[in-house]
Formats: sequence, C-alpha cells, structure tokens
Amino acid sequence: MMGDYILEIAYLIASVLYILGLKMMSGPKTARSGNLWAAAGMTVAIIATIFLYTDESGNHLHNLPWIGAGIAIGSVIGWIIAKRVEMTAMPQMVSLFNGMGGACAAIIGLIEFPHYLHNGDWLILATIFAGLVIGSVSFAGSMVAFLKLNGNLNKDIRLPFYNIINTLLIVVTLGLTVCLAGGHIHSNPELWVYMLLGLSLAYGILFVLPIGGADMPVVISLLNSFTGMAAAFGGFLYGNMAMLTGGILVGSAGTILTVVMCNAMNRSLTAVIFGAFGTGGATATAASGEQKSYKQTNPSDLAVLLNYSSKVIIVPGYGLAVAQAQHVVHEMEQLLESRGVEVKYAIHPVAGRMPGHMNVLLAESNVEYDKLVEMEDVNPEFATTDVVLVLGANDVVNPAAKEDPSSPIYGMPILNVEDAKHTVVNKRSMSVGYAGIDNDLFYRDKTSMLFGDAKKALTELVAELKSL
Amino acid sequence: MEQLLAFAYEHMDMIYIVILSIILGIEVIESVPAVLHTPLMSGANAIHGVVIVGAIIVMGTASPDNIIALILGFLAVILGTLNVVGGFVVTDRMLDMFKKKPAKKD
Repeated sequence: MMGDYILEIAYLIASVLYILGLKMMSGPKTARSGNLWAAAGMTVAIIATIFLYTDESGNHLHNLPWIGAGIAIGSVIGWIIAKRVEMTAMPQMVSLFNGMGGACAAIIGLIEFPHYLHNGDWLILATIFAGLVIGSVSFAGSMVAFLKLNGNLNKDIRLPFYNIINTLLIVVTLGLTVCLAGGHIHSNPELWVYMLLGLSLAYGILFVLPIGGADMPVVISLLNSFTGMAAAFGGFLYGNMAMLTGGILVGSAGTILTVVMCNAMNRSLTAVIFGAFGTGGATATAASGEQKSYKQTNPSDLAVLLNYSSKVIIVPGYGLAVAQAQHVVHEMEQLLESRGVEVKYAIHPVAGRMPGHMNVLLAESNVEYDKLVEMEDVNPEFATTDVVLVLGANDVVNPAAKEDPSSPIYGMPILNVEDAKHTVVNKRSMSVGYAGIDNDLFYRDKTSMLFGDAKKALTELVAELKSL
Repeated sequence: MEQLLAFAYEHMDMIYIVILSIILGIEVIESVPAVLHTPLMSGANAIHGVVIVGAIIVMGTASPDNIIALILGFLAVILGTLNVVGGFVVTDRMLDMFKKKPAKKD
C-alpha cells in the first residue's frame, strides 16, 4: 500500500513540475531551466512507475530488464539524433519526435484492446480506441510532415476530390470507432480494430499530404496537440494522473499555439486543413505573367550602397537558414555597425519554417536579442530605411498579400519592405517561394536582385565591404 | 439523461482535472512572445512523451508468453523514450542559444 501512496505523490510532483516548467518556458530568461524542470518531472514519473506501480492484485511490474533495455535504446538514439541535428532541421525533428509519441500511444491501444473487447464496458473501449485513432493519425501525419520538411517529399500531392475523400475517411473512422466501442460488431471484431488502425493511418497521411508550404508549422503544432490528447486518453485508461495532466496540458497548449500561429498568418484553421494553399491564384498569375523584367546587382555595387547608408534592415528567411549563412550575416552586421550604419533584423512571425525559427538560428550566431525586431514594431520603420536586404525570404515580403485579392496569400500580414528606398533581394533564382506563387516585389523599380547562394553571396559582400 | 449525470457525478474529480488543465494550458501559452514559440512547441512535444508511462505499464503487465504484446510493448517503450529524451535535449539546445546573449553584451 505504502508504494501506492508514494506513486500517487510522485505523479503529483511530476504534474506540478510540468506545469511550472511549461510556465517558465514562456519567458526568455527562465526558459532553459523550465525545460529542465519539466524533464525532471518526467524522470520522477518514469522511475516511480517502474518501481512502484502495482496492478489490481498488487503485483509489481515484471519484464523489468526489457523495460530498462527499451529505455536505454531510446535514450541513446534520441540523445544522438537530438545532439547531431542541424538547427535548420529543427522543425522536422519536432515532427519526428512527435510521431514517435503518437506511435507509442497507438501501440498501447493495440495491446490493450483484446483484454476488453469481449467483456469491456463501452467507456474503456472508447478510451482505448480514441488513443489508438488519434495516436495513429498523429504518427502517420507527423511522418509525412517530416518527409516534406526534410525535402524527401517535395510535392503537395492532392488526390482528386481529396476534401471529400478525407471527410469520408473521418466519418467512416468515427463510425467504426462508435460501433466497435458499443459492441455492435459481433463477427470478428479484432479484424475490424485493425481496419480502424489502417483507416487512421491512411487519414493521417491523406490529411497532411495536400497541405503545403507555409502551413506546415501549423500542422506540426496541431499534430503535437493530437499526441497530447492521445496521451491523455492513456491517462484515462489507467487512471494515471501524470499522463492525464501532461497530456491535456499539451493538448490545450498545442491547440492554442496552433490558433496563435494561424492568426499570425491571417489564416483560419479550417482554411489550413480544407483549403488548398497556392492553387487557384498561383495558376492565374503564371498564366498572365509574360516575361517581366528585373534589375540585377552584384556584391561590389551592393557593398558601396550599404556602406553609405545610414539604416539597413535585414529580412532573414529560410534561404538563409538552408545556406547556413547566419554567421556571415552577423559578421556583415558588425562590420556595418562599426562604420556607423544602423542595422536591424526584421523577423516575420512565420519566417523560416516555424514561428521563432529565425530567432533560434540568429541566436546561434550570437546576434543580439535587441536587434531582432518583430513585424508590428519594424513595419513603420521601413519608410525611413535606406536599404532592405531580403535574404532568402519570399512569401513574407510579397506585396500581393496586401494588393491582390485573388492571391492565395491575400490578407497575410507581411513586412512592408517596398516602403524602403532600396530593396535588395538575395535568392538562388527567380523561382517561387514556399507558397508556390510569384512575387511582384522582384520586378519593382526600387528592387534589385542579388543571385546566388546566401552564404556565398554574403561572403563576397563582406570581402567587398572590407576592401572599401 | 440520468445515466449521463450519474457518469459525470462518478467522475467529477477527473472532470475537474480536465477542465482546469485545459484552462492552464491556454493561460500558459497566451503570454508567450513569438520568439519562444518554436522552443515552447518543442518543450510541449517532450512533455506529451509522458505516454511512455503507459508503455511501461503495458510492457510490465504483459504476460511473459504473449510474444506479440512483448514485442509491441518493447517498441512502444523505445518510441516513447525517443519522444521524451529527443524532445527535451532538442529543446535544451535551442534554449541554450538564447542564454549566450547577455554574456556577449558589454
């Protein structure tokens, strides 16, 4: 009995530690220790479960060597992946780990359902199937998101009538769940549970496949909250408070974070899930676009221009991250500052592939926190800026978002770079951005293009600046 | 109707926990600056790794002759641990970068 008391108190401590940890993670100063507190809470919950958990008849857990081996393998692999991954690959890493949690929840459901299928009350079965379905959707969806972000799966594949197919899949999955939980399927229900698993996996894949481009962070955040819910259903099943509080906390926090991200892009969640991004408007632009002309510049001209400016704003985007150019940018920024040029970074809420992704990258190269200015604060400043340097960003500076109601990104808040005296855009080519649409900014009179890989172009630029 | 009310009555403590946790999750997130969204998402991602506790229970209560349950349970423990360890380590790496700045300032 004593062990049970201590176990419950351990779960209480763990739950409080998650909540405190998550709260501390919402401030820049306390964030890192918040993460460690949450990790400590997790350790408490895991160790207490292994040594103190007893079933109804008072038996302790067996198969301990297997459990220990599993934890050891998972820890080593997880640690190595997490330590080795490049900061640019962060979004897909979050997606990958999220998928692992979803798979874990699904497997729990797969092992537990045979114990209750023939004698269980509907509530327990419904809990098990909810965990199984949500976990599978989260796993399959996260894997697709991982492949997409990792570049293994570049196209946004859309089956014909995919909205109808997906909606049908949800309805069938829900219907099957209700029938199975209610005990309405009498012939070979096991087979139908595996059907349910298959349907959930298929839905997860088809749900993420057509979602493209800029909406990927929203999807990851949504799948993150799905896994939280799946964990919470596990908590219901075992009456386990640590799983329940942790799961629900992430489920609700993840949902709110998803909504916050949608607001930042001025997109509704339903538009992300059901609306195709970059279809209608994109083809219209492509059709009407005869060869438009643009100006090109080179590093030495740009170096002169920058050197005699008084205020420069840098707009970093994913192209910068891919080229690993954040350190060169910082070098250029310091060089310009030493010559009396005011330099700032304009951070769009969804610059990169995730909110805050650019901040993390620039922080990696020691750019000062104060120099990173968020969109609302920096937008009025463009009018007094001499040069805006757009480095590998595209959709977040596309004026179509303000001017062209037919554009798929119409209404998304953007950085008003066209207000500045000069805009220089560094890109590898004239190709479209992640949203798949053309950018009118490139063809404007005040805009000039600097082609090439961001790191290479900036290295040349820094060399030119030094020689001035 | 009475069944439903009776169900709610029996599980009142659970319902309290669910509602309060939902509100707590919302409150915690709403005050977060956009800068910290990615680390926070990653941290929350690690916390739902608590599903590992369920995997441990499944594995530990599986009977030793149920090979399929053992294999699946073993896999679940590995995947859950990946979620927990990978999630916290990645978050720590991200947040470590924010920490350096004050030291750099003069």
